[in-house]
Amino acid sequence: MTNSEAILDNAARLRGEVGGNLHDRLTEAIYSDAGAIAGRAVSAGEQTGNLEQKFDRILTSRLWGFPLMILLLTGVFWLTIAGANIPSAMLGELLQGTVYNALHGVAAALNAPWWLSGFWIDGVYLATAWVVSVMLPPMAIFFPLFTLLEDLGYLPRVAFNLDRLFKRAGAHGKQALTMMMGYGCNAAGVVSTRIIDSPRERMIAIVTNNFAICNGRWGTLILIGAIFVGATAPPFMASFIAATSVVAIAILGVIFTLLVSAFLSKTWLKGEASSFSLELPPYRPPQIWQTLYKSIIDRTLIVLKRAVIMAAPAGAVIWLISNINIGEASIATHLISFLNPFGLLIGLNGVILLAYIVAIPANEIVIPTILMLTLNLSKSGLAQTGVMSGIDDDMQIQEVLTGMGGWTLLTGINLLLFSLLHNPCSTTIWTIWQETRSLKWTTISTILPVVLGIAVCLLTATAARLFF
Amino acid sequence: MSHAETAIQCGSCASGCNTAHLAKLGIKTGNWDYVVALAGNPNTGKSTIFNALTGLNQHVGNWAGKTVTRAEGAFTLGGKKFKLVDLPGTYSLLSTSVDEEIARDFVLFGKPDVTVVVADATRLERNLNLVLQILEITDRAVVALNLIDEAGRNNIKVDERSLARDLGVPVVSMAARSGKGVDELLGAIEQVSSGEFQARPHRIKYTDDILENAIDTLATQLHGQFEDLPNARWVALRLLEGDESIINAVQTATLGTVRAANVFPPLVQLEAR
Amino acid sequence: MTLNMLKAGRTATVKGIYSKDTERRRMVDLGILPGTLIENVMASPLGDPVAYRIRSAVIALRREQAELIEVEEEG
Ligand SMILES: Nc1nc2c(ncn2[C@@H]2O[C@H](COP(=O)(O)OP(=O)(O)OP(=O)(O)O)[C@@H](O)[C@H]2O)c(=O)[nH]1
Ligand SMILES: [Mg+2]
Repeated sequence: MTNSEAILDNAARLRGEVGGNLHDRLTEAIYSDAGAIAGRAVSAGEQTGNLEQKFDRILTSRLWGFPLMILLLTGVFWLTIAGANIPSAMLGELLQGTVYNALHGVAAALNAPWWLSGFWIDGVYLATAWVVSVMLPPMAIFFPLFTLLEDLGYLPRVAFNLDRLFKRAGAHGKQALTMMMGYGCNAAGVVSTRIIDSPRERMIAIVTNNFAICNGRWGTLILIGAIFVGATAPPFMASFIAATSVVAIAILGVIFTLLVSAFLSKTWLKGEASSFSLELPPYRPPQIWQTLYKSIIDRTLIVLKRAVIMAAPAGAVIWLISNINIGEASIATHLISFLNPFGLLIGLNGVILLAYIVAIPANEIVIPTILMLTLNLSKSGLAQTGVMSGIDDDMQIQEVLTGMGGWTLLTGINLLLFSLLHNPCSTTIWTIWQETRSLKWTTISTILPVVLGIAVCLLTATAARLFF
Repeated sequence: MSHAETAIQCGSCASGCNTAHLAKLGIKTGNWDYVVALAGNPNTGKSTIFNALTGLNQHVGNWAGKTVTRAEGAFTLGGKKFKLVDLPGTYSLLSTSVDEEIARDFVLFGKPDVTVVVADATRLERNLNLVLQILEITDRAVVALNLIDEAGRNNIKVDERSLARDLGVPVVSMAARSGKGVDELLGAIEQVSSGEFQARPHRIKYTDDILENAIDTLATQLHGQFEDLPNARWVALRLLEGDESIINAVQTATLGTVRAANVFPPLVQLEAR
Repeated sequence: MTLNMLKAGRTATVKGIYSKDTERRRMVDLGILPGTLIENVMASPLGDPVAYRIRSAVIALRREQAELIEVEEEG
């Protein structure tokens, strides 16, 4: 018998001697001391927590709980969309207009060869500039608003409201919290599943975290929602309708989370929902200025930095595949014509599919990649230099996509759907591997959302073909 | 002024001087003199205190479970370098989830020189459950009585002297978000780490000879198997309770090891299905 | 009666806990012990879970867990 076995044997024997429910007895002893000590130290005056309780009863009431949640979310996106519009246009004019032209001016003055200025200015610089002007303004508005809600203490209330649905899906109540962490970043969301103690339910939370739209995707949704969906509404309603379309996609994400969780609970991860306890903290008045400062410095700029780091090489790759020819046409053209039939079948196109492949390291670069590929493809129709300089606001983006890219409302809507339902970014995949150490589950988490995305897009495309 | 003088002065000054000597070192945590752990119930302001002392930007949020990994930072005070470890929140040392396990393992087996237990002044009784559990295993502890501003708003007064007398360790009232009490906390950390403060921590009396004997027997046996296992008595109690995770750790001889910050049991149990 | 039967706004004293193992430990660690006062603060929109005040903290429990806590309502 080894030493360890001897210890455990002895422990089992002694356990019988000391009697059952030892943990209860120990905790009772501790709490009785705690009660006495607290009793001596604490003197409570009149309680004043009534206002807070009233507030809470409304936010979680049968009647108002869900409508208020949706209203709040719509409000956040409406503010983001309406507020980001003008700064986005200004940044676009500066970065894709003034600075871009100036750089080309310098290159021309230095007699730089076309491929050198092309690679650096039309490739690396332009992709970076696009990421900044498309992503920065919405992030700088969305993050602080979300952080304010988090500091106020609203997140656990959302989990409280949604728990019944998660229970029905055989999932853990705290999965709603990990989902909300996913709204910032899916990699962070996957790590946050550590708060779920049942391994089964934790795995469900990891696999479905990708249905929480991360910051790299909000930008795509907001832009496409604005130029394809918002634009169909009268101008004064446009921001609101655009916000509604973004919220609809977010809610669809919650629905997919629940459906896939339920599916997993009935198949590979069979089991009943385990118990849970969730503390609802008091509402705390957020420190508005500190929150603004911190979420801009700490989150927006860090996320933007990551996006820029990913965008620069992506810009280089895009420029290279658009300018290196194999036979008659560029590599990009070959790739896109190869992907196009399938893309069109599911209501997207080859450019979008290629963009999603280029953007595996970071979702942030989807829109810039789509725009650059679309423009490069039809470059023949444009002057060699100043390709992008004309595009600096949303409406011009729409003209490029519909005019040169041949996009329709269906393409826009399916891009919204595909943005929700596709593989996680490479950082998230790596994190899933780190947390689970399971090849099987890392693969499932990666493949499942793309398969769903293709299926859903095929469905809407077929429906559109049948009915319109 | 020599370091020794600084230390004495800081230990005895009410406010305004520790922060003057505090150098926030961010993540430069090499070559420390002391390791300080930040433990406590979830959502009590541990990460807020961590940020105040290290100048780092550990995420904080108003919900239980924001921090799920171990975060490290550093500061110097009175010429000594302190490594500060922010831990996930936990209701007790009996972990049920991975984040709680990370906290428990560090408090029990990470051999911190000082354990700062952050307690929520508005829910003192519940918070004392963990404080008392930690005082069972260490006498180098400081209680940071945080959220004192919120307690004030709710007309709750906490007599920190009565608390300090009962607990036998320094108790510091704080409102970490606005920086109140940070100086006093630093003073207390310094005194406890240098051994200047002699703690007489509160210990629970089980008044049960059979139990005491059983604990002694097992603790001796454990020391034989796991040589420098800290807190063998605590482990013995868990074995008597039949705690699965501790029984496992004894079986696999991994007891007392603290895993690297982001490595923990993979979820492969599921693969077996 | 059991805790899930307690009406909103009412307070009861814990008489016993029937949950087992990990779940029992978690309940006990939150301070749910014989003699503890528990108030039903509010139900979530779909009726389950319910938030209870336990030793000044507000904690949401699912019905299945509340069913395992025996209580006696305060007069
Ligand atoms: N009013 C007030 N709020 C505080 C104080 N300290 C922290 N907070 C707030 O309390 C909340 C929790 O703070 P954290 O520092 O994230 O708490 P934590 O203990 O690290 O939480 P976990 O990591 O979840 O265990 C945040 O919203 C803080 O802004 C304080 O002294 N006064
Ligand atoms: Mg924390």
